Order: sequence, then structure tokens, then C-alpha cells
Amino acid sequence: MNVLSQTEFSGPTMGIGMADGESAVTARGVDVYYGDKHAIKNLSVDIPAKAVTAFIGPSGCGKSTFLRCVNRMNDTIPICRVTGDIKLDGRDIYDPTLDVVQLRAQVGMVFQKPNPFPKSIFDNVAYGPKIHGLTSNKTELAELVEKSLRRASLWEEVKDRLDASGTGLSGGQQQRLCIARAIAVSPDVILMDEPCSALDPIATAKIEELIDELRQNYTIIIVTHSMQQAARVSQKTAFFHLGTLVEEGPTKTIFTNPHDKRTQDYITGRFG
Amino acid sequence: MTDATLQTADAGRVDFRSPAAQAHLRKRYAVESRFKFYGVAAIAFAAFFIVFLVSDIVTKAIPAFTEHRLSITLTPTAERVAEGGRTDRQTLMAGDWNAVVRDGVGKYFPDVTNRAQRSKLYNELISIGGGDDIRNRVIADPSLLGKPVQAQVLLSDDSDLYFKGMMTERTEREGRGSIGVSGTSGDVSIATNVNDFAQDVARVRSDLQAAARRAQLEINRLKAALETVAPDRRAALQDQINRQIAVATDMDRRAKSVGGTELIGDSTSSVLVKMNGGVIKLTEIGNEKASGTVLIPLKDASEAKPGSWKIINLTTPEGSRKLSDQQIAWLDRMKEEGLVTQAFASRLFFSGDSREPELAGIIGGLTGTALTMLVTLVLCLPIGVLAAIYLEEFAPKNRLTDFIEININNLAAVPSIVFGLLGLAIFLNTFDMPRSSPLVGGLVLALLVLPTIIISSRAALKAVPPSIREAALGLGASKQQAVFQHVLPVAMPGVLTGTIIGMAHALGETAPLLMIGMVAFIIDVPRSVTESATVLPVQIFLWSDLPEPAFQAKTAAAIVILLLFLFVMNGAAIWLRRRFERRW
Amino acid sequence: MNQHIVSAYDSEIKSLQKKVVEMGGIAEKMLSDVLEAIEKRDVNLAQQIILIDARLDGLQREIDEQAIHTIARRQPMAVDLREIFVVSQIAGDIERVGDLVKNIGKRIIAMEGHFPPKTLLSGLRNMNLLALGQFKAVLDAYIQKDVSAAMNVWSNDGGIDRLYNSLFRELLTYMMEDPRNITFCTHLLFSAKNIERVGDHATNIAERIYYVVTGGMLTVSRPRGEDGADMAAVETNT
Repeated sequence: MNVLSQTEFSGPTMGIGMADGESAVTARGVDVYYGDKHAIKNLSVDIPAKAVTAFIGPSGCGKSTFLRCVNRMNDTIPICRVTGDIKLDGRDIYDPTLDVVQLRAQVGMVFQKPNPFPKSIFDNVAYGPKIHGLTSNKTELAELVEKSLRRASLWEEVKDRLDASGTGLSGGQQQRLCIARAIAVSPDVILMDEPCSALDPIATAKIEELIDELRQNYTIIIVTHSMQQAARVSQKTAFFHLGTLVEEGPTKTIFTNPHDKRTQDYITGRFG
Repeated sequence: MTDATLQTADAGRVDFRSPAAQAHLRKRYAVESRFKFYGVAAIAFAAFFIVFLVSDIVTKAIPAFTEHRLSITLTPTAERVAEGGRTDRQTLMAGDWNAVVRDGVGKYFPDVTNRAQRSKLYNELISIGGGDDIRNRVIADPSLLGKPVQAQVLLSDDSDLYFKGMMTERTEREGRGSIGVSGTSGDVSIATNVNDFAQDVARVRSDLQAAARRAQLEINRLKAALETVAPDRRAALQDQINRQIAVATDMDRRAKSVGGTELIGDSTSSVLVKMNGGVIKLTEIGNEKASGTVLIPLKDASEAKPGSWKIINLTTPEGSRKLSDQQIAWLDRMKEEGLVTQAFASRLFFSGDSREPELAGIIGGLTGTALTMLVTLVLCLPIGVLAAIYLEEFAPKNRLTDFIEININNLAAVPSIVFGLLGLAIFLNTFDMPRSSPLVGGLVLALLVLPTIIISSRAALKAVPPSIREAALGLGASKQQAVFQHVLPVAMPGVLTGTIIGMAHALGETAPLLMIGMVAFIIDVPRSVTESATVLPVQIFLWSDLPEPAFQAKTAAAIVILLLFLFVMNGAAIWLRRRFERRW
Repeated sequence: MNQHIVSAYDSEIKSLQKKVVEMGGIAEKMLSDVLEAIEKRDVNLAQQIILIDARLDGLQREIDEQAIHTIARRQPMAVDLREIFVVSQIAGDIERVGDLVKNIGKRIIAMEGHFPPKTLLSGLRNMNLLALGQFKAVLDAYIQKDVSAAMNVWSNDGGIDRLYNSLFRELLTYMMEDPRNITFCTHLLFSAKNIERVGDHATNIAERIYYVVTGGMLTVSRPRGEDGADMAAVETNT
């Protein structure tokens, strides 16, 4: 009576928008320490390319910590130590010969609170291309800014006031500006750390719509506390608990029929 | 206790309409309104003192912003100012311009001939810089030489004080009777047909009474001193007491006498009679008659009609003021001739220091301050901000940086005089830098201000939300790019505010500058940071110490200017903060 | 299963389950009553059965409304989502069972005066007992969330089907013997078909229990007895 098999979904080949089943990011045996605290324990996960992967889990479970390992933002914390193997397109991102600046150009990040620079909208988007020298003249830069803003569905709203301060936009617009800023440097992967937690439902819906569009061109990893959001936007979901990856699988399975009791308890609101 | 009163039968529940609860509520409101009252009272107290302080200083400073001059026609003759007929700048500069002024003023006082009188008139009433204006005019246009020129002649500080009413109280009244005089010059006697001088006699006697009381106090003081003085000096002191007793007794007797005449001396207020175009200073006075000395000769000795002559009272006794009755008579004369004008004292702002109050200005101190502040700013802004950035953003957090941080905090609390000693030892003695120079002053003040700037800059950097660093780092900016392109611009208002507050602190600093010799009397305006200079607070300190009463007003004026300078700096701080503040 | 952090959520689900169990109890009672009504030729009892079905319809509406509210308010996930979805479906199944039994009741009233001989009723009686047993067992399995008990019900449905097939043949014989028997035999035949359908609903409920507990759908086809309507099939299967 083989009605349901869990093994059918394990392995990296899941994700609706993923024809070839390629993994963009693979982690094997990753451990992260903050001083004495063992924040992530022996974590292995595959992030499918050109799809949205959601990390869910209670606060302090290590999901944001892992997210920040992918673009090495944890390097800025002196007491943080990462061991194990994280590969981006087959390259070890903790390889000493790899330049962290290049890595971060390849792996963009959007933060919990919209954090545009206190500069003009144009300068916000143009900053990344400028520091990486992606464009050779002003026309190219202007085109790139427009393209990025269009991709972030913000162009129509701000095209008449590109010189206005980015901090003068509404919360949702600010977050889309941050997304435009991230995609201006043409990353392969976009990390989103609770991108909608500071936004109202309408702005949230716009961001979710945008994430759905971006999925065709980018690998997206999103950390969220809203399970409904994870269920809505992601194709793959990974559940973290106490620094370990408890369960990963297609989003539809995780939210209707999770395998692990801890996942079940968490998503049905039975924790604690 | 309040808790106990609130307990009701129903445990844990409070009946908010019960009297106990109402009382409790009232008490809470009472505490709150009391606190508000204390706050308002504290602010009112502080505001009162500030208003008091500022109004006191401003009131004292106002006279210093005007000066009195003679507006007079002078004829600069070649023999006075153009030696050998040369009209080049150097020759003219060396000319005896005061002689030109003397010639001009002398026309109005033909009778003043003897040397002592001339000195009193020309040297004491007219400023030593009185010839500056005519000199400058002639240098600018040598063709004026030998022609009458309308020029401004600056009066001395004492003349100025007299015209500002700060020398003595002066009252003038018309004579009621006809007055006869015995002569036109020298000692004369006068008599009127009514008791015109009765109130002056009474005033003289009450002055004597007051002087007698003062003498009695002095006697009491000396008698008390007699107990403690060494035996060998006791006899001399006793002699002094006896003399004082004799004087006091004499004055007391005179004060109590009725009728007759009374002598006017150094300790009684002066009485002048102005009649027939001249002035007589009374020396002995009765109700209807008096005798005195002519100060300005009378035209004739004819009898003057009621209302055509005047009695002038100068309240401050001649011995207690700097100008004699004779000099005051001359000044009155100048005023009658319409020569005296009052004008804005631009010298206060545009000339250097001087021993003569009417010539002294603050430009030297102001320039010194500006140069010193420039040196301080150039040194401590980059050093302070870079140190703060390194400590806050780049330095590893370990014992060494903790130690440095503690020491920076301690340094901010070190008394400023210590920095002066440090400057003296290091910059002057070891490095042999020019003494009294804005360079050394600026270095010392930079040391003083550096901890303040580092601390406030670090606080400003710390206040920048970490999200902005993350945003920049997340885009692939290097740490240095993140700090200089994003964190520092956001922290800039705080950094600038801290810097300007530090600079304002340095601006008012005197003590460390005394140690490095910036307290010297310097007339010239410094033209570079290595020349000797003084600064505004030190200038104030120096002026406050000088005996001339005119310097008191100058001191207050300089304080007002220093305060304005501070307000401008603080205003700039606020403006910069608004200008650079970015909405987050 | 742990309690929810929000205890009101728990009580909402419990209340839903309670109502389903109540419905099950009512349907069970109707099923045993209808047998008694036939055997005792008790038209009044049949009348009562028809009336009591309204109660089932009401409960089913309540359950659907409550389930919709809970979904809207709690956004249930995983096991809760399955539970609430399935509660509504089971309520539908039981309501159908009620309708089927009510239909038998109506036939009893219609047969008044022309009741078949008692010997003819034994087959129907056996079917009814078997269906009642299946129904009881599946309700117990639901209360216990017992997948193996539910699976038993699911695989035992063949017995009812077989009984129905033999009853069908028997009634056919009677009708061929004497055309006057056709009326009550047709009533009996439809009643038997209704009972067979009750058995089908019991297996549906068993499938839903399986889904609630395991999250998987039963994809393999159920072991079936012979389809009574298809005589050719009857011939080959026996």
C-alpha cells in the first residue's frame, strides 16, 4: 500500500520552476559558532536554482544565521566562526582566495527593515554598479537603474522623482527600492531576511508578487516568520529548529503533510 | 501606608470611588504638580540669572560703543608736519599732528598760555591719537596742506566719560538775583541781592557732615588696630588717630555752624558760576556772597541780571575725580562752541590694543582668536574624527582599546591649565616654537578639545543604525567604503555639533594660553600664526585688570562681542546639523 | 498530539469533532431503528426515522459553517487543515447515510399493508447488521484516529456487496414467481441498495480517516464485491 513516500521528495531536485533541478547553493556539514554558542549544527541543505526557498523556524533557530553565511555577512561579527562547506555554483564561498566583495555582488541581500541609503532614489540603485564598476558611462548607468527599478516594479511609481530621497518613500516602496538596489548588480542569488516583517499587508502582497516574478531569473532564499507567506511564495521550504535543519521539502508537502513531528507542531501552532 | 489604606474587603480589588482611593489619587496628582513646579522654578531661576547677567553686561558695555570727538577746523601747516616741505607718506607720518590739533583747539582758548595749563588742556582732554584723522586725510590728499580742513579730533577717555555723565553728576540752575563781580580774572569776590547760594551752602555742609562720619569710621578702625599693632608703632598710630580726630572735629563743627561763609575744598562738591562769558570757581561761599577763582576769563566786570547767569553744581568733589574744575570748564566751553559730537566708536572693532582706553580695540584679540581657532580646527577635526572612526569602526575590541578609551575619557576631564603646562614644556621648551603665537595656542587648545571631539564623534557614529552598514556591506562595499560613504555622512551632524561645542569651549579658554605667554600686551594685529598674539578672552582678562574706568566699559563690550562670537558658533552648529541631517 | 498554543483553536476543533460524533450516533440509531421498523412492520417508528433525519441535516450545516469560520480565522496548517477539511466531508457522508436510511423509512410507510413475508427479510437483516457494524467501527476508528481499524472497515466492505448480490438474486426469483410480489420486492431491493450505499459511505469515512492521520490519499482501488446491478459480472465472479 505505497500511498505516500517521503523519500520521493528528498534530494535537491524539487521546486516547481526548476526544470533541470540544478542546485544554486549547496551546504554540507555546516557548523556556526558565536563564541561558545553553537548556533548551527551540522547543517546540509541544497538550494534549488531559479526558485524560492523559504527558511522557517522559531526565533533563534539559526535560519538568519545560515542566510548570512551565504554572503558571508557573518564575517563582520568577530566572534563568529563558520566551518563546513558552502558552495555557490560549485565554488567554496569560504575559500580564502575568493574575494568577499565579489561574492556579495553575486549574492544580494534584502534586510528585515527597509534600509535605503539616505540618498536619492537614483543613487541608491546606482551605488552597487558604481562600486563594482559595472557601467562605463552615465547613459549605461541610467539604463541599468531604470531596468533594475522596472524589475522591482518600482519604476512607474518613482520615475518622476529619481532625485528625491529614498528614505521619503513608503515602507513597501523602500523595500522594493532595496530589492532594486540588490538586483542592480545582477546577483545570482538574492537573500531576503524577513523582508515583509515591517510592512502592511498590501505592501507585503506587492513584495510577494515581486518575489514571484523575480523567481524566473534569480535564486531566492527568504527567511520569514509568516508561515502563510512561506507557503505562498516558496517552492521549497526548510524548517530549522535549535540550530538544526529538521525538515526540508516541497512547500506543499511541508504545509499539508510534514514528516517530522516538530515541523508539524511548529506549523500548526503547537510549540512551546 | 497608602497600600494599606487601599485594601478593601474584596482582596486585590480597589474601589476607586472610596475616600481612601480618592485621597491617594489626589496625592499622586499633587506629587506630579509639585514636580512640575520645581522644574519651572529651576528654569525660572536659571533664566533670571542669565537675563541678569546679560543685561548687566550689555548695560555696562553700551557706553563703549560710542565716543566723543571734536569736530573742528584744523589747518595743517607745512612747518608742523612736512619736514623740509616733503609730502611723502613717511615724512607726513612722522609729523607733529598733535601740534596741528593744539593750534586748532588753542584758538578757542587764547588765554591758556602757561605750560602746566596747556598740558592739562591738550594732553589730558584730547586723546594722544587726536591727530590721527587729520593725518590720514592729509596723507590721502597732500594738497590739503596749509588749507583749513574740517577734521575729527578724538577726546581723551576722561573727557569722554565726562560727556557720558559718568564722571560726575552735573546740575545747572539760573541765578535769581542780580550779581556783581570784583574782577574779570584771578581771584574775585561776587555778591548777589538774594540768597542764591543758600542751598549750595547747605549742600557743602551736608558733604562736610558725611566726610566727618567717614573720618569717624576711620578713627574707629584705627583705634581697633591699636590693640593689635606692635608696641613700637603704637605711638605713630596714636598720632595719626589724633590728627584724624582733629580733622573730624573741625569738619563736624563746620557742618553744624549756621550762617557765615564756608570753604569749598577737595572733599566737598564744586560750585561754579557762569557769568559774562566766563566761569568762576567758588572757593568760599555764603548765602549771598562768595569768593572764588576765575577759570575762564569774564568779558567784563559788569553786574549780571537775574536769569543771565548760572550756578553749576558738580556733585563729585574735585578730589575724587580725574578732571579738575578747570578742565570741566574747558570741556563745557568746547560743547558750547558746538565742537563736541558723539559718534559710533569704530575703533573698538578696528584697532589693536592700547594703553589709552579711547584708542584700544579688540581686532588684535579677535584676529588672534580666529588664527588660534583655525589652527585648532585644522588639527583636531581630522585627527579627532579619524581617531573616532578608527576606534569605533575598525579597532579590535580588546584590553588595549578599552585602556585607550578610558584614557580619552579621563583626558576630557583634565583641568585646562595642565594642558597649558604641557604646551609650555613640550611646544615652547622642547620644540622651541614661537612664544605667544597662535600656532602654539592652537596646538594646546587642540589637545584640550581632542578628547571632546573624539567622544562626541564616537557617540555620533555609534548612533548610526547598523542597518546602513549592512546595506552597504551587503552590496559588496568594502568596510572603508561603507564607513566613509554611508556611516560618516549620516554621523556628520553629530560630529560637527561635537566639534563646534568643543571649539566654543576652546574659544573661551584662558588659563592654558596664559601658560604659553599669550597674555602679553600686543598692539599689532597678528598677520600669521607664528607672530605674537593674544586672544579675546585673554584681552578681556587684561582689560579687566586696568585702572582706567573707561576700560570697564571696554571689558564689558569685549565680553559682549565674545558672547556674540559664541552665539554665532553655536548657531552655525545648529545650522550645520539641520543642513546635514538626513531623514532616516 | 500537543495542545495548540491558542487554546480556543483546540476547543473549536474539539467541538467540530464532537458534532461529527453526535451525527454518527444519530445515524447509527437510525440504522438500527430502521431494521426494527421493517421487522416489526412499525410505521410509526419509520415516521420517527424520517423526522430525525432533519436533525442530521442541521448538524451538517453547523459543522460546515464552523469549519469555514475556523479556516478563515486560524489558517490551519497540516494536520489541522486535514482534520477540519475531513470533518466537513465526514459530516457530508453521515448526512448522506441519514438520507439513505430516511429513504428506507419512506419505503416502509409505502409498503404498509403489503409487507413481505418475514422469511424474505433475513437477507436484508444481515446486510443491515453488517453495515451497522461497519459504520460503528468506522466511527470508533475516527474517534480513536485508528488507521488500522479504519483499514479493516475499508477492506471489509466486500461482505456487504456480496450479501447484496445474493439478496438481489433471491428477490429476482420471488418477482419471477408471482408478479404480485414485485411491489414489495422492489422496495426491498431499493432498501438493500441503500444499505449497500451506507457501507460505501463507511469506507469513504475510513479513507478520510487514513488521510487525516497519514496525510496520504488511498490511491489503490478498494477490494470490491460483485456489482449487483451487473448480472454478467455476478456470473463470472461467483
